[in-house]
Amino acid sequence: MRTKLSKLWWSLMAMIILSPGFAFAAGGGGAAPIVLVADTRKLSGVMAWWANLYNESHFQFMILTIIIIPVTGVIFGVLADIIMSHIGIDLKSKSLPGH
Amino acid sequence: MEWLYVLMPIAGVKIFWPGLIILGIGVGIIGGFFGMGGAWMVTPGLNILGFPMAFAIGTDIAHMAGKSLISTMRHGKFGNVDYKLGLIMLVGTVVGFEVGAQMVMWLERIGNVEKVVRWIYIALLAGIAWMVFHDVGKRKKMERAAAAKGEVLDDSVQGIDFASKLHKIKIPPMVHLKEAGIYCSAWLPIAVSFFTGWLAGILGIGGGLIRMPALIYLIGCPTHVAVGTDLFEVAISGLYGAATYTWKGRTELVAALIMLIGAAMGAQVGAVATKYIKGYGIRVAFGLAVVGCAISILLKLVQPWLPAYKSILDAASTTLVLGLVLSMSVYIFVKMVQGAKREIAMKKNR
Repeated sequence: MRTKLSKLWWSLMAMIILSPGFAFAAGGGGAAPIVLVADTRKLSGVMAWWANLYNESHFQFMILTIIIIPVTGVIFGVLADIIMSHIGIDLKSKSLPGH
Repeated sequence: MEWLYVLMPIAGVKIFWPGLIILGIGVGIIGGFFGMGGAWMVTPGLNILGFPMAFAIGTDIAHMAGKSLISTMRHGKFGNVDYKLGLIMLVGTVVGFEVGAQMVMWLERIGNVEKVVRWIYIALLAGIAWMVFHDVGKRKKMERAAAAKGEVLDDSVQGIDFASKLHKIKIPPMVHLKEAGIYCSAWLPIAVSFFTGWLAGILGIGGGLIRMPALIYLIGCPTHVAVGTDLFEVAISGLYGAATYTWKGRTELVAALIMLIGAAMGAQVGAVATKYIKGYGIRVAFGLAVVGCAISILLKLVQPWLPAYKSILDAASTTLVLGLVLSMSVYIFVKMVQGAKREIAMKKNR
């Protein structure tokens, strides 16, 4: 019983991990993105570059977005860390035990 | 005052950027404290700032990924994140979410399910709020009984304890979840996360509002670990959500970044505040947030019966949500400052 359940567990895990690959192989996952063109006429500098990138490649735009978001979060989070450590707050241990 | 507005390159609308930072700080504090993304709070806020609805969800998810990541890192340093549990639950959440989303599409083909879904959401929120306050009430009763005997109730004793019964189901493989202090069947977190993911898929929400109490009451996590582990899940699913919404052209990165400036700092404040507030204090505040969310949805649901009051009900719903964001973030911030003051004073006295 134990061995059977263990086998079932690992089979399920393998199925979950491999299922996206199977779906793509079967022709799934190819939904067309919604076409939308950003108006760049009123923009300049970085904003214009950003809007142009959006118009030219949704893929590159997506990759840059998911890189920029966590990096910015970490930068400002670390900044908050520095400020709080400077004030004297212990940021390494929790003080209250319990449920 | 033109400098207070920034033109969004993709959406093409001018937005009051200090409003985005303030909103970011508020939801960042609440998210870091409760362990949830808080889409139900952000969307009306973005709407008020003049954001097109088509971009509101994607932009919200994008900023959520960044702020949850930094909160997870902070909670991780406090030992509040059970990564093993988070990863196991992620599997169940993803599968459950897909099943739920497919089910909604199937139901939509049969008829209009939106109203039914919203009523289910209300019932669910009412159930969660009842469970939280019933738990708190029972715990208080136990504390009073112990005090009458001249004893002090142990911190680990809970008002409601479904989890220990569920831990008795010993279907292999068994897992030891170190940070959560749980030894249980791996099927328990999978089943719970599948259920919460399925509900989130049906309701079309992120799921933090359901997963956090499920981690406490069904899996048996201490409150702080439930908050940290939930944030870990929100960070991963948020990043995936940000990618898909951006791919579909539904994310305004500039707005997400401006919000993130406030949210990343707010999230740190919220996460650090959990150091100074006991688990049950977090549960009470969470219960209040759930009640606020339920009332705001109820105000939208009754509109078809009261068409003459539609605008008033809409305004009341938005005011309630934003008032809740403001009051809760101020409460958490004040608690954090008070706790930090005590900690610094103790350090000086040593």
